[in-house]
Amino acid sequence: MKFYFMHLMPYADLDLSYDEKHNSAWVTLPNTFYDPKKGHQLYNRYLDELEYADQLGFDGICVNEHHSNAYGLMPIPGVMAGALARRTKNVKIAILGRALPLLNNPLTVAEEFAMVDNITGGRLIAGMVRGIGAEYHSWGVNPAFSHERFQEAHDLILQAWTKPGPSVFEGKHYNFEYVNVWPRVYQDNPHPPIWIPSQGSSETIEWAAHPDRKYTYLQTFASVSTVARYMKMYKDVAAGYGYEATEDQLGWSLPLYVAETDEIARREAKEHIEAFLQKFLRMPMEMLLPPGYTSVKSMVGAMSAKAGHSMKQTIDSVIDEGKFICGSPATVREKLEEYQAQIGFGHLLTLLQFGTLPAELTRKNMEIYSKEVMPYLRNVTARRAA
Amino acid sequence: MSVTESTETITGCKVRFMRKGTGAPLLFLHGTSGASRWLPFMEKLSETHEVIVPEHPGFGASDSPEWLDNISDLAFFYLDVFDHLGLEKVNLVGTSIGGWLAAEIAIRNATKLSSLTVVAPAGIRVKGVRKGDVFMWSPEETARNLFYDQAFAEAMLAVPQTREGMEILLKNRLTSAKLAWEPRFLNPDLYKWLHRISAPTLIVWGGNDKAMPVGYAPAWRDLIPNSRLEIIEKCGHLPQIEKADHFVELVNGFIGEVTR
Repeated sequence: MKFYFMHLMPYADLDLSYDEKHNSAWVTLPNTFYDPKKGHQLYNRYLDELEYADQLGFDGICVNEHHSNAYGLMPIPGVMAGALARRTKNVKIAILGRALPLLNNPLTVAEEFAMVDNITGGRLIAGMVRGIGAEYHSWGVNPAFSHERFQEAHDLILQAWTKPGPSVFEGKHYNFEYVNVWPRVYQDNPHPPIWIPSQGSSETIEWAAHPDRKYTYLQTFASVSTVARYMKMYKDVAAGYGYEATEDQLGWSLPLYVAETDEIARREAKEHIEAFLQKFLRMPMEMLLPPGYTSVKSMVGAMSAKAGHSMKQTIDSVIDEGKFICGSPATVREKLEEYQAQIGFGHLLTLLQFGTLPAELTRKNMEIYSKEVMPYLRNVTARRAA
Repeated sequence: MSVTESTETITGCKVRFMRKGTGAPLLFLHGTSGASRWLPFMEKLSETHEVIVPEHPGFGASDSPEWLDNISDLAFFYLDVFDHLGLEKVNLVGTSIGGWLAAEIAIRNATKLSSLTVVAPAGIRVKGVRKGDVFMWSPEETARNLFYDQAFAEAMLAVPQTREGMEILLKNRLTSAKLAWEPRFLNPDLYKWLHRISAPTLIVWGGNDKAMPVGYAPAWRDLIPNSRLEIIEKCGHLPQIEKADHFVELVNGFIGEVTR
């Protein structure tokens, strides 16, 4: 199993009373809530944390893409990846983005990823997503064409990476007479690893698991039962195609907090994870699920579920559901060992900073995790594989 | 006589129609919320006209065809509908997105129109007059913002939501987004060609419209040569529902006058 330190880079200095006047930390929250002086400090602190992960022995670090919000300050994740490319030596750098349908020219991603791949000598992991619903409001892109544009942009980028240029691309949304990206990708056999982060979608799994692709499916923030269900679905789909999915094709991304004891962990994490859940993630259904973002069928499901119970997420509720792992090293080891054995994921992306979690606690979390959890799980999973 | 329902295949697309009445044909083009039900204003109009109410491709019980990408596709499709129905002289009435569609049809071929009525149509831009962001409104905000008289909103909100109703609502929203998300409820080229509308045109607007503000009304009047504007006070985006009697009176009066 491989271990990654994932960052969202939230605007941790957000005035949390914003929700007295605004219904979301996304799209419409005035950017006057953002103070560039504080932002300057935060960006540099967060980059330090990502670089520290390289020294602590993580296998990879992950940056992320979201637009017009306080939840994550990486609208252009390639800027972060570029900064990290030179300051890290060993870690893989996963860019998780990019939200392809938002782009009027997806070749910018083919270029940006290829540059990072060249600078790092092949340490790039290429993420491809549709972005979350709110992005379609912020960027004014039509969500009704989200799926079409994703497919087409993906095909275009793959062509740019694998077909000697110049070549012609004839699409519905994208058309090019000269696809001829310089630089070529460093990992050219056949291209950099592609990861597909998703909130959970059978269509996405069907597509990612196809033998032509075998892309790593990455389940983001979800309950353990949901993670287990979708990863089983991936394995079943792969079996249906006549091959066995490897652990390398399955990843899970979740927030985690480990401290000296269960009690300390819960006490230290509580306000920060609840800020993440209740303040940074806050958005109405119309923002989250614009028309066409998901099928009518799954939208009806989501609306019915919402009508049934709109429960406020708390530290207890997310720990119970296994959306958040929190506790002493022993507790965290035990849970992860159990989940890994049960679900069989090969990539574990931990969000060790979340919401308002300050620098000292983030570093402590990273240190305890890398010293007391990672080595143990490395041994266990290596033994099991052998 | 009761309402006749039928499903007809036109250019490979199944379309659901409701029809009632005799007299000069009146084709009604619905807005973003579709036309699942026969409404009181349709009933009143059917006393003097053959009222024909299709559900657009991508709405309600009609098919969502592969070829439907934008308002232009829908406008050309309706030229096929005219041929299919054998309509030679029709009174075209469209509201909201349907008003936009009616104008798009009319700039392409107005020879089959004896009159055109557009009600709070989308489709053009008046800089500085912001349209309501219907895609961001919650169901409650939608109901409240659509009507001036909140009794209509209360009535709309009191209707229990069925699974089937929700599916139709989402299907209608999806097609509306396809047509109108970006640029928002706008064909940037439409205004250039509205002068081609030769049919006499009535423009109806609710004075308190929060979806398509009445600030758009004078622009439509100025862009369509042979047009007249009627603003209904104390009325939101759906005059045909909120002020049904007044609306029918205006439409009947106008059609009577211009087709005499």
